[in-house]
Amino acid sequence: MRIPCPLCGTRDRREFYYYGSEDYLKRPTDQGTIEDLDDYLFLRDNPAGVTRDVWYHEAGCGAWMVVTRNTISHEVLGSELVAKKKEA
Amino acid sequence: MRYSGLKVITEGLFGNKGWGPAWRNPAPKAEYDAIIIGGGGHGLATAYYLAKNHGMTNIAVLEKGYLGSGNIGRNTTIVRANYYMPGNSEFYSHSLKLWEGLEAELNYNVMHSQRGQLILAHSDGQRDTLARRGNAMINQGDDAELWTLDQVKDFAPYLDFAQTRFPIYGGLMHKRGGTARHDAVAWGYARGADRRGVDLIQNCEVTGIDIENGVVTGVQTTRGAIRAKKVGMVVAGRSSQVAAMAGMRLPIESHVLQAFVTEGLKPIIDSVISFGMGHFYISQSDKGGLVFGGDLDFYSSYAARGNLPMVEHVMEAAMTLMPMIGRAKVLRSWGGIMDMSADGSPIIDKTHIEGLFVDAGWNYGGFKAAPASGWCMAHLMATGQSHEVARRFRLDRFRTGHVMDEEATGSQHNLH
Repeated sequence: MRIPCPLCGTRDRREFYYYGSEDYLKRPTDQGTIEDLDDYLFLRDNPAGVTRDVWYHEAGCGAWMVVTRNTISHEVLGSELVAKKKEA
Repeated sequence: MRYSGLKVITEGLFGNKGWGPAWRNPAPKAEYDAIIIGGGGHGLATAYYLAKNHGMTNIAVLEKGYLGSGNIGRNTTIVRANYYMPGNSEFYSHSLKLWEGLEAELNYNVMHSQRGQLILAHSDGQRDTLARRGNAMINQGDDAELWTLDQVKDFAPYLDFAQTRFPIYGGLMHKRGGTARHDAVAWGYARGADRRGVDLIQNCEVTGIDIENGVVTGVQTTRGAIRAKKVGMVVAGRSSQVAAMAGMRLPIESHVLQAFVTEGLKPIIDSVISFGMGHFYISQSDKGGLVFGGDLDFYSSYAARGNLPMVEHVMEAAMTLMPMIGRAKVLRSWGGIMDMSADGSPIIDKTHIEGLFVDAGWNYGGFKAAPASGWCMAHLMATGQSHEVARRFRLDRFRTGHVMDEEATGSQHNLH
């Protein structure tokens, strides 16, 4: 599997650290409930098909990115910087 | 038909014409007392114990492919009870005791071989941790021996004791650990359940779960609707998809775990050996193939095949531990889909929907757990109460903070 880094281009999977589902970006506010935290930290859609998850370019530029890929075919469909996503 | 030595001899004399199919192939009825979704090791064991321990025989197992077509036929067949944490320790202890009586119980040869499992220590700290784990196992009533370096050398002289990067300090021997014939476990439970009247329905994929006012009423399948008051979801790597049919999200991510087997060789490794530094484990099958595996690929996947970096990593670990393996040719590698829970421990629990139960999150350790998982899931479905040895396998433990992080790596999805 090769992963396109928005800053470095397409690189070997071994340069990246997998963090998990995009749910990790939806941090509840301090007004949130225990259920919100459960959703954020533990409960997952875990799709068989297209998924969006967070990766870290550990052995590269150090960017955090959201990668869109297919969990059945291992096809990687694209990526975007977490930082850019937050600005938008 | 009861299998016996006499039966083998008489059938041999008369042309082996008397052997019938080991189980029926029934069409689904319109209604059952209970339905188990998933005809793998855990699902078939659940059906068997529902019939045997609880007298529930008007039940069906629904399998989308053929019986035992999932992880029960794709694993590295290791059976052990060497867990440390309360909650896990008594559960796997119970499972090993069931294994020890399984062949007599099922009248089926599952080739359970208690050849011992040796975990190696490569530092003082690791040896201390193994001593602690061994004490927990002994307290649980199971067996454990802390072995010195000399004992390990006598037992497995082919390990690389000269290397300095991961020197071997000793190990923890679990003599009642070992291996079993994985397919035979599914077949034995299937035959046992069928003989007690359970309908094993193959090529029957569940496409929906019917719920009315918070109570389960049955399932929709590719072979029509089937009503039932109790439904158990026992589908391993596909747990999230089936739970989604009931509108649930589980604390599970599916990951791929690879395994490998070499060409058949003469007997050389007569136990299970686990390499403490590289998450590598190896045994030799009765056919002679060296069966080994390593860690997850560490990203969510349903591909049932892995990526090459983990293949390389496993081979490196193998060469570090026992350089002689470099002469063996790898015949096959494959991947299985593991339902990884956030803390690495399983779930056997009710759901918020009445009559709907879940048995999931077996991570990379489901094979050895199959008998006790079936036993406890059957207890839960029949009585509505968690079995004593599975009471901590709760679905809500992440929300309530009662996580069971056996590996002590953190209760986070990407760490297990």
